[in-house]
Amino acid sequence: MMSKISSLARAVLASAFALAGAAAVAAEYNMPVGVTDVSREIQELHMTIFWICVAIGVLVFGAMLVSMILHRKAAGAEPATFHESTKLELLWTIIPIVILVVMAYPATDVLVKIYDTGGEDMVVEVRGYQWKWQYKYLDEELNEQVSFFSNLSTPRQQILGESQKGENYLLEVDNELVIPTDTKVRFLLTSNDVIHSWWVPDFGLKRDAIPGFINEAWVNVKEPGVYRGQCTELCGKDHGFMPVVVRAVPKAEFEQWYAAQLDPSAAAALAMAN
Amino acid sequence: MAESAGQTKGTVLRLALGGVGMFGFAFALVPLYDVICEVTGLNGKTGGRYEAAPAALKPDLSRDVQVRFVTNTNAAMPWHFGAKQGGMTVNPGGVNVAMFYAENPTDRPMVAQTIPSIAPGRAASYFHKTECFCFDQQVLMPGEKVEMPMRFIVDRDLPEGVVTISLSYTMFDITDQASGRYALEKALATKRAPVASAAGDTGAAGG
Amino acid sequence: MSAVIEAHHDDHDHGPAKGITRWLYTTNHKDIGSMYLWFSFIMFLVGGLMALVIRAELFQPGLQFVEPAFFNQMTTNHGLIMVFGAIMPAFVGLANWMVPLMIGAPDMALPRMNNLSFWILPFAFTMLISTLFMESGGPNFGWTFYAPLSTTYAPDSVTYFIFAVHLAGASSIMGAINIIATILNMRAPGMTLMKMPMFVWTWLITAYLLIAVMPVLAGAVTMMLFDIHFGTSFFDASGGGDPVLFQHVFWFFGHPEVYIMILPAFGIVSHIISTFARKPLFGYDSMVYATASIAFLSFIVWAHHMFTVGMPLAGELFFMYATMLIAVPTGVKVFNWVSTMWRGSMTFETPMLFALAFIFLFTIGGFSGLMLAIAPADFQYHDTYFVVAHFHYVLVSGALFSIFGAVYFWLPKWTGYMYDEGLGKLHFWLSFIGVNVAFFPMHFSGLAGMPRRIPDYALQFADFNAWSTVGAFVFGLSQLLFLWILVQATRAGKKATTEVWEGSEGLEWTVPSPAPYHTFAEPPKVS
Repeated sequence: MMSKISSLARAVLASAFALAGAAAVAAEYNMPVGVTDVSREIQELHMTIFWICVAIGVLVFGAMLVSMILHRKAAGAEPATFHESTKLELLWTIIPIVILVVMAYPATDVLVKIYDTGGEDMVVEVRGYQWKWQYKYLDEELNEQVSFFSNLSTPRQQILGESQKGENYLLEVDNELVIPTDTKVRFLLTSNDVIHSWWVPDFGLKRDAIPGFINEAWVNVKEPGVYRGQCTELCGKDHGFMPVVVRAVPKAEFEQWYAAQLDPSAAAALAMAN
Repeated sequence: MAESAGQTKGTVLRLALGGVGMFGFAFALVPLYDVICEVTGLNGKTGGRYEAAPAALKPDLSRDVQVRFVTNTNAAMPWHFGAKQGGMTVNPGGVNVAMFYAENPTDRPMVAQTIPSIAPGRAASYFHKTECFCFDQQVLMPGEKVEMPMRFIVDRDLPEGVVTISLSYTMFDITDQASGRYALEKALATKRAPVASAAGDTGAAGG
Repeated sequence: MSAVIEAHHDDHDHGPAKGITRWLYTTNHKDIGSMYLWFSFIMFLVGGLMALVIRAELFQPGLQFVEPAFFNQMTTNHGLIMVFGAIMPAFVGLANWMVPLMIGAPDMALPRMNNLSFWILPFAFTMLISTLFMESGGPNFGWTFYAPLSTTYAPDSVTYFIFAVHLAGASSIMGAINIIATILNMRAPGMTLMKMPMFVWTWLITAYLLIAVMPVLAGAVTMMLFDIHFGTSFFDASGGGDPVLFQHVFWFFGHPEVYIMILPAFGIVSHIISTFARKPLFGYDSMVYATASIAFLSFIVWAHHMFTVGMPLAGELFFMYATMLIAVPTGVKVFNWVSTMWRGSMTFETPMLFALAFIFLFTIGGFSGLMLAIAPADFQYHDTYFVVAHFHYVLVSGALFSIFGAVYFWLPKWTGYMYDEGLGKLHFWLSFIGVNVAFFPMHFSGLAGMPRRIPDYALQFADFNAWSTVGAFVFGLSQLLFLWILVQATRAGKKATTEVWEGSEGLEWTVPSPAPYHTFAEPPKVS
């Protein structure tokens, strides 16, 4: 009796997991496709591997389920005595190797693309601090001119539950990083103190910021918008409170913004004149 | 008993030695990591002072490499430190000079160590510094300012795909560390600052 | 009788000593095994309590119960205690109890070192847990304690942490030496290596892994100690060192470590499945080779924990390919277990339920592991809850479930009493449901973008976290039921037979239940 319940319950649970698998495909439960070629390719790679795993899972768990129902002592099954088969062992060693090789091709492809950092149009230095980010726009002529800190701007009262949490709770900052779309932006990442990590899910970009060392990464954002991420390396008590917010705007709008940073008064005067 | 005490002792001794060996292996990883870093340029660690063979010093005019400079001071280091130029376009094989400045705005003598790092990592072993303030500790008296040159050569064999090299300097305050204290003592003894290293280092230039 | 003969008989006729000194001085593998198991269970409850503090804080967005600094101490110590205080000692306890019985040996090769190996642990963990009450607070840098957060920026208690790690490591190394010496030198005549039970094989291989990598961990924490106290710069850029070196040394230990925590589980599952299917284990030779392959491969994949650190492309590719390869021998094992079930004659007592759940849920953990191995995809998974989901699936519904299964499986042999089967099944289902409700949603919170090791989170992660907390509490509280089941078995359980389970095979099932204090004084003959 108990064993019947066990196998029935197991069937129910297996279906639940199948449903969960389906749910994972639903956008809100899944990795974002994002707004760069890299992020989209990563998401596609992720889905490919996922479906291969689902297929293997259905086969293996299906076999288990069938066995648990048919090969029960309570159903009168007599145990067989076979206990080895070199042919089977070879088969289920070689077939998985082939599947893995097939997976390795697109994976290698995407990785090589990510590592191609040359030919950028602009460079931004990203420096991690306990517990905020600093962004510096690097200009070849004059070193760096625009540089600012980006701090979490969610009010403490929201964190302590004393006031209603805003829509971008914990993912909002005082000064966003602004970059132009359709531009290869290269990031040089480092840290002021401990290891941090800079991540924007919609860009498919995550790179560690290591004190005394410099890392590089690049992004080419296709769609204007505001993209939010977080620090992803434990860096002390406020590790959870140093978000990354990037505003990607069309090139012309970026030039205007950049000019305003360089000379706020002149830009304001120009804006007023218009 | 199914064993002899001697056999067991032998097994135990061998295993214990194996354990000790693995402990030593952990420490061996330190120089091993450094060697691998130097050979592969992993982690952007550049080498020490470079002695240029004259044959290597022929600029390859067919190729431009953009070198970018990034400077930072670490943690609570209060010095002003920066590059006098954002970057420069160079030819592999040519000797170039970049200028940096540092200032100690505090009221006490301090010692700095500047650590270089290169991106992309694979360019690191092709970036040679013949003269660099990063080779030594830098001692500055209160209020003292210096200009520091850095001479470098980008190797002619730099891989084709590398078009931009970013060189980052992070300046650390090592006044309270053993190496810093030693450097400061030496500097005060000679009543000069900053510490001069081998010939050619013009750390005192403009000081 | 003369006094001399009386003295000689004392050891065998009057059983173990009485009182606390029995436990302090025992060199008996059964006593020591029991102590390891009770110690690991206590540590499991302590680490579990910390998990519940974490999950309580994460039940809703906002900071309700603890400060972020204390939260970091909870995540750090939860990890340290579960890895070094619960899972590893539990497997060592099972090894102590079962390996001599399975090979027909009277005890371990080095019984006094065995005692020392155990007693180091309560001392080490008392010291570690006491740091939580120190003024500077306990370790707060994650169980992976990356430099310089764990060196330059560490609380004062870090030195006690280092000492505790050294002690626990020494205990493991000594235990591993003991196990290898026992298995290689004390098998009953006729028991060749390829006739050994699978639990013995998997522990033999695990013991070699331990000797290979625990000293590397010792090296890493010694370098930390030197950086902190003696002015060296192993991991400090300002002195020419490199924080990434720490990660390489740590994960050179860390990756084999996770296989140390799963190989004995594989052995246990092989025993349970074949017993309750009443069928020999399918593919014994392949199972041995697959286990050895996994152990070998575990040494060359460590940097898959470091894909975002800025490694050169060639390095990333190598570690990606090598990590993907591990799926092959692991898959072989899963297929062999299913083939053992196939056309068997199965009953589903509690040990079998845990073993079957292991295969199902560990495989799910293996799938997320394969996804993590894909380096570019890992850029989106790394340091998010997707990783937390993966390792809890393989460690909780993997390693821990195998330990539960083992306890239910062997308890009647240890104590002479059957546990209550109805309650055992209830414990299983509560654990199964709890574990899945706790950890499955973490795949989604990770994919949605929630980082690890944060005490508060953005609103889109709220539902997933609420579910995880509910599941965690169900799972946590049901372990108290497990405690009750163990206690009740020894008080009011049915008496167990020598065979205990129909279908049980092996020397361990030939001794009476409970197993006498001394067994196999004369080695049995093995055909």
